Amino acid sequence: MMTEKLITTKIDGKDYQFPTGMTILDACKNSGHDIPTLCYLEGIAEEGSCGMCVVEVKKARTLQRACITRITDGMEITTDSPGIHEARKTNLELALAHHPLDCMTCDADGDCELEELAYRFSIKKSEFLVDREAFESPKETSWDTNPFIQFDPQKCVLCRRCVDACENQALVEAIGMAMRGSESVVSTPFNVPLEGTDCQFCAACVQACPVGALVEKPRIGRGKIFNLEKTETVCGYCGVGCNMTLYKDKKNDLVMARGIIDAMPNKGRLCVKGRYGFEYVNSTDRLTKPLIKENGKFREATWDEAIAYTATRLQEIKDKYGADAIGVLGSSRCTDEDNFAVQKFARAVIGTNNVDNCARLCHASTIAGLGKALGAAAATNPVDDIKNVDAMFVIGSNMTETHPVIAQFVKENKKKRGAKLIVCDPRRTDLAKVADIYIQHFPGSDVALLNGMMKVIVDKGLVNKEFIEAHTEGYEEFAKVVSKYDLDTVSRLTRVEKALIEEAAVAYASALNATIFYTMGITQHSVGTDNVLSIANLALVTGHIGREGNGINPLRGQANVQGACDMGALPDVYPGYQKVVDPAAREKFEKAWGVSLSDKPGLPVTEFGDAALSGHLKAMYSMGENPLMTEPDITHVRKGLEALEFLAVQEIFLSETAELADVIFPSAAAYEKEGTLTNTERRVQLLRPAREKPEDAKFDWEIVSLVATKMGYPMTYRNAAAVMDEVASLTPSYAGIHHWRLEKGGLQWPCPTDDHAGTRILHYGGTFKRPSGKALISPVDYIEAKELPDSEYPILLTTGRILYHYHSGQESRRVKVLDAFVPRNYVEVSKEDAEELHIEHGETVRVSTRRGSIEVETRISDKPMKGVVFISFHFREASANLLTNAALDPVAKIPEFKVAACKIEKI
Amino acid sequence: MIRNQLLICAGGACITSGEKSVKDVLVEELAKNGIQDEIQIIETGCMGACDLGPIVVVYPEGTFYQKVSVQNAGLIVSEHLVKGRTVAELLYHEPASAKKAQTSEEIPFYTRQVKRVLRNCGVIDPLSIEEFIARDGYFGLGKALEMGRDEIIKMVQDSGLRGRGGAGFPTGIKWKAAKEATGSPKYVVCNGDEGDPGAFMDRSVLEGDPHSVVEAMVIAGYAIGAATGYVYVRAEYPLAIERFDYALRKAREVGFLGHDILGSGFDFDIEIRIGAGAFVCGEETALLRSIEGKRGMPSLKPPFPAEAGLWGKPTLINNVETFANVAPILINGAEWFRSVGTLKSPGTKVFALAGKVQNTGLVEVPMGTTLRELIFDIGGGIPDGKKFKGAQTGGPSGGIITADYLDLPIDFDSVKEIGTIMGSGGLIVLDEDNCMVDVAKFYLEFTVDESCGKCTPCREGTRQMYRIMERICNGKGHDSDIEKLKSLGKVIQLTSLCGLGQTAPNPVLSTIRFFEDEYRAHIEDKRCPTHVCKRLLTYSINPDKCVGCTACARQCPVQVITGEVKKTHSIDVDKCIKCGLCYEVCRFGAICRE
Repeated sequence: MMTEKLITTKIDGKDYQFPTGMTILDACKNSGHDIPTLCYLEGIAEEGSCGMCVVEVKKARTLQRACITRITDGMEITTDSPGIHEARKTNLELALAHHPLDCMTCDADGDCELEELAYRFSIKKSEFLVDREAFESPKETSWDTNPFIQFDPQKCVLCRRCVDACENQALVEAIGMAMRGSESVVSTPFNVPLEGTDCQFCAACVQACPVGALVEKPRIGRGKIFNLEKTETVCGYCGVGCNMTLYKDKKNDLVMARGIIDAMPNKGRLCVKGRYGFEYVNSTDRLTKPLIKENGKFREATWDEAIAYTATRLQEIKDKYGADAIGVLGSSRCTDEDNFAVQKFARAVIGTNNVDNCARLCHASTIAGLGKALGAAAATNPVDDIKNVDAMFVIGSNMTETHPVIAQFVKENKKKRGAKLIVCDPRRTDLAKVADIYIQHFPGSDVALLNGMMKVIVDKGLVNKEFIEAHTEGYEEFAKVVSKYDLDTVSRLTRVEKALIEEAAVAYASALNATIFYTMGITQHSVGTDNVLSIANLALVTGHIGREGNGINPLRGQANVQGACDMGALPDVYPGYQKVVDPAAREKFEKAWGVSLSDKPGLPVTEFGDAALSGHLKAMYSMGENPLMTEPDITHVRKGLEALEFLAVQEIFLSETAELADVIFPSAAAYEKEGTLTNTERRVQLLRPAREKPEDAKFDWEIVSLVATKMGYPMTYRNAAAVMDEVASLTPSYAGIHHWRLEKGGLQWPCPTDDHAGTRILHYGGTFKRPSGKALISPVDYIEAKELPDSEYPILLTTGRILYHYHSGQESRRVKVLDAFVPRNYVEVSKEDAEELHIEHGETVRVSTRRGSIEVETRISDKPMKGVVFISFHFREASANLLTNAALDPVAKIPEFKVAACKIEKI
Repeated sequence: MIRNQLLICAGGACITSGEKSVKDVLVEELAKNGIQDEIQIIETGCMGACDLGPIVVVYPEGTFYQKVSVQNAGLIVSEHLVKGRTVAELLYHEPASAKKAQTSEEIPFYTRQVKRVLRNCGVIDPLSIEEFIARDGYFGLGKALEMGRDEIIKMVQDSGLRGRGGAGFPTGIKWKAAKEATGSPKYVVCNGDEGDPGAFMDRSVLEGDPHSVVEAMVIAGYAIGAATGYVYVRAEYPLAIERFDYALRKAREVGFLGHDILGSGFDFDIEIRIGAGAFVCGEETALLRSIEGKRGMPSLKPPFPAEAGLWGKPTLINNVETFANVAPILINGAEWFRSVGTLKSPGTKVFALAGKVQNTGLVEVPMGTTLRELIFDIGGGIPDGKKFKGAQTGGPSGGIITADYLDLPIDFDSVKEIGTIMGSGGLIVLDEDNCMVDVAKFYLEFTVDESCGKCTPCREGTRQMYRIMERICNGKGHDSDIEKLKSLGKVIQLTSLCGLGQTAPNPVLSTIRFFEDEYRAHIEDKRCPTHVCKRLLTYSINPDKCVGCTACARQCPVQVITGEVKKTHSIDVDKCIKCGLCYEVCRFGAICRE
């Protein structure tokens, strides 16, 4: 065991022992000595600029800054003396000299570190307050014209915490110091508006500001900190699962969000959606009463009536057509408990395995592919492990927009440790722009690219023979297939230079520690499962899996994609991926639930539409899903939904799908719920209600339980914690997970017992949860996309998400600042294509495919390659999914959102 | 066949006073007389005696012509070169005597100097690598490449060379630390960001003898194991950049720089980085950030650059003048270097003499020379018979040396003891007409402007001190202001992050120490004893002397002087803007200034 060398330091006359390398500030904190600070933010801003933390060090010529000076053996420190007090007080007065004393109207009042220090040093008025005129006419600043962040240079004390937060947390360096000396001011480069910089509006700067100089604009005037009620919870947007504190005012409105510094995975960071996106819960559009459709119109109903009506209709249809005529949708945006309840409702009450969730549309291929190759379909390594990676291989992941906080850690690892960043993406994303190696491959050519890389790795002898031998099977078959992928062929298929492919292959394979990150650029293809298998192959043949800094991390799109699948909101598995066709598993659940269960796997959601049109599916029960926006070819989906005899929906807003419903139940939103979300790194985290739900709304698991009970199967959970207890009792990987354990932070599954600390890294040491204990290397051949450009539809359309919006827009479009910043959809076109099509930036054009057409604004961008355009799917006014191709992956049944043939016309 | 060489000083000051036109005239006259093939014209670096420029020296005689102009340059050709007669009117003579000096060896300004750093400045053509080599150039490098690295470092250590940038840190220790530091690659950086007002020795070396720095940097790179060097020069020095860049290209051509230097297998190259003129970038940590392309802001030491410098790698950073000392040490040995100077500060130091002194310019003297020798013997004393009041050393970071210390041998340690610093060698001489409050305010204004703005005590503190100084000079000082300046100054010294802030209060504190009565006169009597602080002056007209010539009234820009012709005039004191024009134009001494 390593013993840390201790050194002796005298603080205020008493000897202490500390490990080497510690700052004086940390040493003092650890030994109970209080030192005031202003510019210091641990791990973020450590520059020693304010002069508040100065201490005396024996023999030093000047006073030493505790925050940045390291202790040495035999150092003698005095933490306070009249001289030190005088120096600190003078520096504080200097900082206060130019600070307006308008605390009464300042949003930071009560949350202001300058105010607190002035109180502590009892400074009523700075001795140096000689320049009043300087702030009687406020200095103009021209860079905060955006809707998100306000900067008041008068209040700024130039501590640089915002600059450091932008540099070290957000990793964009959008703001910095301009001018010199007393003219110094926080500014953007050349004072351009913030939106003209790389700023992502994560507002890390705002959170870092110790005073009221930087404020979120929507927060202004919404209440002082001491009048707000705070709740620690988890962000309800993407799968990163950032821990945040939400602040509620006395009217029950959420007004502010702060990242929690000492919490995994985000360590205090948030993105623009986390920071501002909670606002939708305050919306007056919220559904507050159950609604029943009569004569094509909704009317308010009581809960009893709506529940009874739904139970009766479902029972009638079940009796008439059989249980499999009913489909049930769980949701990746609902909690684990909600999803457990809904799949139990489908299986035990309705009696069908027709249950699915929107993970079908994003990571079904991950479940199929990684499940097959590794035996577990989840990210292998935690976010916190990024700092151990030497080569980060990112493919098909626009993570700066889709998982912004993970992108920050990736960029941090590149910047601080010099880790290599390899990005493969048909779009030149923001991350691609900072990559060491960037490969812009043709959409849908991922298998060719990966096989090409692996041929290089095989040919150059960079395969990890020991690992393959000890921990895998299937290498021989694989090697035969890969040998066909010579670089000339691959270069032709992918449209990438041979040298670049070779460089990427060598960089990944020869790195000491390499990790793969991928998102929907890999999964949303008719060959999605093949893509995922190829990725697994790459990691397996190089042995880059099963230890720190090595793994495969599919980044989950929505807050609970992982959890909804873990909970069995899937047609073929019970909670914990226990197969419905496995008699032992079925028997276990039958015994627990006291009913007999169907052994027939159900339909995936992507086949619900066809089933409805063919008359096999007669009713659908949707918990918070919106297929009319999120499924491909929604004209076809609409026809299917219209053909149903009965549609029940649990929703927070009247979504596009809800409009077609026969009954709508108002439910609680994420920030009003108690329950758990399982994030992209398998971390089960506790949601706590940050505000009261609308009075007549109910929790999703509660609504499902009421319908079930009414249908004669009592589901009477006391609370969400009780649901999780049942999950634990039936799901080995969740067996040790209970709400009471999550109070102090999340747990990563597998967590098999109540005293298990959770599992940081899957497949540790190369042990895989497959019968053989070995991972499977599969031969995968390249197959092209189902619909490629032709003379009629000459352009390739790819779809996806953007930073400022989320899912079908139900939430983010109701956040004023987000909708103000990106109010409408657009098509991203390369400069070359725009010239050929004679269209201009900002011009509205018609984009059509064989399935439909929409009108959108043109944005000329350097992101897409020639011949490829991009449209996001968040906007109902111009829904990209009117255009997308419903071609499915044969295994995972995931649609090909990423490739369709389109044409663009002037209007 | 060349029979004579004309050395023309092409230092910055001589160029400003017309060196280029003088050269054109000489070229033209040579051609006119048909002797252009017999006479070689060489433009050299700075010869040091800046107030004598443009300077032309004729070799082999060494005849020293000063203040040559377009009008009289022709005489050097027609008289000296054609007829063999010295042009007496262009020779230098001491103000006190009529004896003309034929050569620089007869001029006291030169005779008392010991030229080591400036050994080639004013002697060789800075664009000629051959001339540099002819003066033992690159011999130090050749010798170094045959020595062991530790041996080189030991020699530098033994020489006792201390950093000429101001702090006087032992150079050998820096070299040793950089060599022993773990980390790769390592870098050698030359600090040419000469920022002290009035100091220009680094510029002169870069302009006049660029190869001396190139050579030393290659030696340093070899000694510490670096392959890359950076020279950081401020953008205000375009000629230095141009000549240094030329020197780099030449050195590469000849093989003193680049791949496999002199066949030793050692690779080293140098790049120029141009600074944008921030004073703080002379601070080494800020300079390194600036080279990295970041905002030039200092950071805490330790870690020292030798451990974690440029891009976090071990970096040796020395000043230009320090580097210029290196090659001669290698050639002549440590003992030779120690043969001049003091025990703890061996060698020479270049000073930039300026202010109220007869001979301004660059002078190189052994460490330990007294201020009296510098100012009176070399500098020729104070003009117009005025009284010496003090000398400011170390620029805005330094302080005042008063007449009491005229005989103090100047070195790094002795000046520290009397509350100032050596600095980079700027020496501003002040006479009885200088207001010490005003002088301190001038330096403080400089640091207020040049503070990088990072730490509160420096950014805000210097500004607050400046406000107090301003109100003192405006006659609005408070009785408590001296105490306030002292206490605030002390906090700034104790809590500023880098040397700039820690020394910024020095000019004020030093002048308070020696001239507190002048401060008191400003504060208590609202009077500037030297009549410098305008706001404290009152202009009036002595009726006994005024003849009513109307000259003052006609000059007054605000027309507050009234009076009829040939009758006594008067000034409306309330409206007077104290510009002093009336005082200057009155031929009868009738304007009183109090």
